[in-house]
Amino acid sequence: MSERRLTMAKAMVEAIAQEMRDDERVFVMGEDVGPYGGIFDSTQGLLDEFGTERIRDTPISETSFIGAGVGAAMSGMRPIVELMFVDFFGVCMDAIYNLSAKNTYFSGGNWSVPMVIMTATGGGYSDAGQHSQCLHATFAHLPGMKVVHPSNAYDAKGMMTTAIRDDNPVFYMFHKGLQGLGWMWNVPGATTNVPKEPYTVPFGEVGVRREGSDLTIVTLGLMVHRSLDAAKKLSEEGIEAEVLDLRTLVPLDREGVLRSVEKTGRLLVVDEDYKSYGVTAEIIATVAEAGTTMHAPPKRVAYPDIPIPFSRPLEQFALPDADDIASAAHNLMKGAPSTVTA
Amino acid sequence: MNLSEDRLKWAYRAMVTARIYEETIAEIYMEGKTPKFDIAAGTIPGEMHLAAGQEPCAVGVCAYLRDSDAVTAPHRPHHVAIAKGVDLRKMTAEIFGKKTGLSHGKGGHMHLFDRDVNFTCSGIVAQGCGPAVGAALSAKMQGRDDIAVSYVGEGAVNQGGFHESVNLAALWDLGVIFVVEDNDWAISVHRKDAAAGPRIADRAAGYGIPGVYIEDNDTVALLKAAEEAVDRARRGDGPTIIQVETYRYMGHFQGDAEGYRPDGEKEALKERDPIPRFKQYLVDEGVLANGDAEKLEAEAQETVDDAIAFARESEFPEPEDALTHVFV
Repeated sequence: MSERRLTMAKAMVEAIAQEMRDDERVFVMGEDVGPYGGIFDSTQGLLDEFGTERIRDTPISETSFIGAGVGAAMSGMRPIVELMFVDFFGVCMDAIYNLSAKNTYFSGGNWSVPMVIMTATGGGYSDAGQHSQCLHATFAHLPGMKVVHPSNAYDAKGMMTTAIRDDNPVFYMFHKGLQGLGWMWNVPGATTNVPKEPYTVPFGEVGVRREGSDLTIVTLGLMVHRSLDAAKKLSEEGIEAEVLDLRTLVPLDREGVLRSVEKTGRLLVVDEDYKSYGVTAEIIATVAEAGTTMHAPPKRVAYPDIPIPFSRPLEQFALPDADDIASAAHNLMKGAPSTVTA
Repeated sequence: MNLSEDRLKWAYRAMVTARIYEETIAEIYMEGKTPKFDIAAGTIPGEMHLAAGQEPCAVGVCAYLRDSDAVTAPHRPHHVAIAKGVDLRKMTAEIFGKKTGLSHGKGGHMHLFDRDVNFTCSGIVAQGCGPAVGAALSAKMQGRDDIAVSYVGEGAVNQGGFHESVNLAALWDLGVIFVVEDNDWAISVHRKDAAAGPRIADRAAGYGIPGVYIEDNDTVALLKAAEEAVDRARRGDGPTIIQVETYRYMGHFQGDAEGYRPDGEKEALKERDPIPRFKQYLVDEGVLANGDAEKLEAEAQETVDDAIAFARESEFPEPEDALTHVFV
């Protein structure tokens, strides 16, 4: 395997390009995926190699072009369709949920919908609440779609390859702050070694990003990096946190979570998505239902139940950061009861 | 119109089959729902949207289609499914919620999927338009001259999904025919209270594509117009909108009291029943000779009876089968 560091965006693009070379049924459509190369670099350079037939700029018509993706997927193609910001789901949820996610079931398994919907998520750059949401739990709640969310370039490439080869609809959510964009802040840990050769990362397997014996931090996406920052601080104080990257929400590796929590006896769930009815609740419920013996009640750090505000101090207050995570971990180690926070 | 006598006879038989089918389903639907109507009770539970009177829309376009052409139908799909050649036994079993149904009972009457003839449904208004565009796009990218037909009611033309899809199909010169089954009524709201502009077909001009208006539920006029639209689509010249003035002889759904329809409207429309009119045309043209019509009608009745018997005799799925087929 060759050693080479790529941004997450370049890793995604490489996976798409390799699959397109290998399989002429694969094509890309969406807004600004052509000469622009994707607003978040998800299709950079693809037009030059594959041309306008297979890298199709669309009008701003998500209902139609995502619906067309469904029709194409059911007629022998393997489309990758980009929803520019996940926040735009309001105008195309029918195509996503009532068509792509249900047609396999409604056809009694006679028809599959091999389609990837890729979409940008996340905030922290003052774009406010119509361009900054995560919403991964919203989609994971709805049966019929796989929902995946890589936290680094290696996974981004392998999971994109897995997504394209999957015969089911896959909702591939990538965080803008992890893409390695030239025009906003970046998280250095998301840029990783990426093999040149095609490879897959299986869905439904947590990634253990850091081993530890004192508590388990379960998280995904950008918050993997914030949790690793917190774990570093905690380690300096003698607390060893194990950090699990869920990587995929559907399927969800419940066993992987339970294995770690059985070892540490403490659980902290960290999520940039909204707090209530989301990933944090699902993970805690999984552990509660399993009857795992705990040293302390589980805790969670997540986005408060508010629309995402614009002004920097407002947004930064609401976003979970390493200090919030470390502080929650401290409380967990003390066995303090859960406190009500924002 | 370049249709063989056999195909014209097929069209007549398909129309009669669809009519008998809807009338039969209407009767069976009421089994177990009297004296008190309960939508959840009876042989066929759930909503039931029947298309008696709209048969010209189905055969008028499907007469020119192959199995590999895609059709997307809305919540009122039976007549179109019959014209597209969906397996009537499996379709009926699906409507009855039986294991032998097209989808083993998971879809029901608004979600009929038959892969053998490229037929799909969606119960969400205008949500068949996007998939039809995608099917036509696939055909184009794969170098096939297959086309796609998206059936919608006139109530769907004010949905974004319709506009977006007509625009996209026109923009990319895709072989899609948008058939607007204009039965005047979107449940209880009349077209005049919902759609701006004199005619829906006129909207085609805004996309630079042909728009055709078929008056008076006229099967022959539609067959002629559809031939041209299908040829255009197969040539790769792009989409067409066909608005058919059609008649809805039953309620929006079974159990609809239809208090919103003017007195006498339905009776007047029944005077203009498209099936005897098409039969007369075929007799006049010499397509139907002595006894032909009766033979086709008997075949239609037999086909429906056979499908109903198959559905009645079939088993229900195992309850836990509900958990299968979420993914492939």
